[in-house]
Amino acid sequence: MLFGMPATASWLQRRNDMEKALISLSHKKFPRSILPSLVWFVFFLVVPLGIVLIYSFLQKGNYGRIEYVFNLGNYGRVFEPIYLKIVGRSLGLALYTTLLCLLLAYPLAYYMARSSKKMKRLLLALVIVPFWTNFVIRVYALKLAIGETGLINRILLELNLISSALQMTDNQIGVGIGMVYNYLPFMVLPLFVSLEKFDFTLMDAAYDLGANRLQVALKVLFPLSLPGIVTGSLFVFVPAFGEFVIPDLLGGSQAMYIGNLITETFLKSRDWPFGSALSAFLVLFAMGAFVVVLSKSVREEERAHGF
Amino acid sequence: MASKKRPLLLVYSVLLFSLLYLPLAILSVTSFQGGPTYWHWYERAFSQPELLISLRNSLLIGLGTTLLSTTLGTLAALGLRRGNFTGRVAFESLLNLPLVLPEIVMGLSMLVWFVFLNITLGLFSVVLAHTTFTVSYVTLIILARLKGMDPLLEEAAADLGANRWRIFWKVTFPLLLPAIVSGALLSFTLSFDDFLLTFFTAGVGSDTLPLRIYSMMRFGISPEMNAISASVLFLTLAAVAILFRLRRDS
Repeated sequence: MLFGMPATASWLQRRNDMEKALISLSHKKFPRSILPSLVWFVFFLVVPLGIVLIYSFLQKGNYGRIEYVFNLGNYGRVFEPIYLKIVGRSLGLALYTTLLCLLLAYPLAYYMARSSKKMKRLLLALVIVPFWTNFVIRVYALKLAIGETGLINRILLELNLISSALQMTDNQIGVGIGMVYNYLPFMVLPLFVSLEKFDFTLMDAAYDLGANRLQVALKVLFPLSLPGIVTGSLFVFVPAFGEFVIPDLLGGSQAMYIGNLITETFLKSRDWPFGSALSAFLVLFAMGAFVVVLSKSVREEERAHGF
Repeated sequence: MASKKRPLLLVYSVLLFSLLYLPLAILSVTSFQGGPTYWHWYERAFSQPELLISLRNSLLIGLGTTLLSTTLGTLAALGLRRGNFTGRVAFESLLNLPLVLPEIVMGLSMLVWFVFLNITLGLFSVVLAHTTFTVSYVTLIILARLKGMDPLLEEAAADLGANRWRIFWKVTFPLLLPAIVSGALLSFTLSFDDFLLTFFTAGVGSDTLPLRIYSMMRFGISPEMNAISASVLFLTLAAVAILFRLRRDS
């Protein structure tokens, strides 16, 4: 993840390169050494996704079998009120997580970007450790900390700040804390990568020209760090939208999210066609957000450079 | 301006990091507490056969994945370095797909495919799934290193009469080795940590460590679980330390 992050953070740049590559259309010899991974990706990525797409138009038979009858019913079911509610709830959770992570991460990323080289290394390492720590273990550690008999409750009780233990797990509060705790590093890294390239003398220039702090933040810092904000938001939004482990482990079994719904449809009710339709919907939604936000940010960037 | 102190931001950052690390610290400390000896819960935890089996599964899957994805990734990076070719855009999109696709969709699509192909769900199917998403990371790391490499070194070797294989093994490969090791370590860690892909493709009886912890966690928390979780945490810290060392050296 550590290396993948900045790599994908330069997505915009790479897209540009790709367009250039497309324009030049040089018919250089195809390098044979990429063949093994090309075959691998086609066989284990493209074909499986294609099958899911095909299944989403088929019908569920008895005992989890697939009946080869073409229909759109699975997609129709996605829009039934009970499922729409789940989609809405997942969307809400993903938006909440993205927004809160952005608000919490931005000051930290800004501080990191303006630190000395040595300090940067240290802070970067500090962000990366939770990132690399097993996700299930992080959730477990959090449960241990905020549980009814967890340290936080014990301290608050000891200090007589509360009269009875706060219920922070097995409910929506637990899900809320867990999501932000888990996804925060995903936001910090792209923001840092983007802010590190930012020319901070631009801010000084704006101050010299008489701008106040708010104006500098809104008219200089924000527009120019937009690519980082966009990348970070996508890194949080896309997985948060399909998240099912955190609601499962910290939310009790109270509220269903689209991730839990897909998992149960696939593994418990074994309705693969409907599960496939839900997955296609999830990908469409997540990737749709990707395309919309990305094209918008490209436009804004063009405007920012063209004034 | 660059040396200006920002006390408010410093306090904020310290606070945020404390919150991020507090649960991990609590876990580490608690794992040594409450038994007759510090290692009591560790001894108890690591004498559970199911747990040892899941640890063995995780290690085997990690090794298999690392071997496959490091080989595929190194080859792909070497090919991508050659510059433009027809289909490069398509290949790069494929390479990026595992990084942006919701993992749950990747997991279930592979489940569907393996069932379709009649591949028994077990260690082998998990290795196939893990390799698919780690190849991208390995390729990107090695490609970054290749781009920073001086092509003159290889040209010099060619001028001195070395053939392609000799150039690769005597010049390119040694220079690339730190990146290959980082890539291998990264793919092992990603595989060892993975939950979602494993959850869908492991089938019955081939639980990995994260899967085992997950299913134990649904019954609540226990001192043995603290010990296991803390062990994995310590292993991760060691891996990060090694990687940072490697990156500084390269």
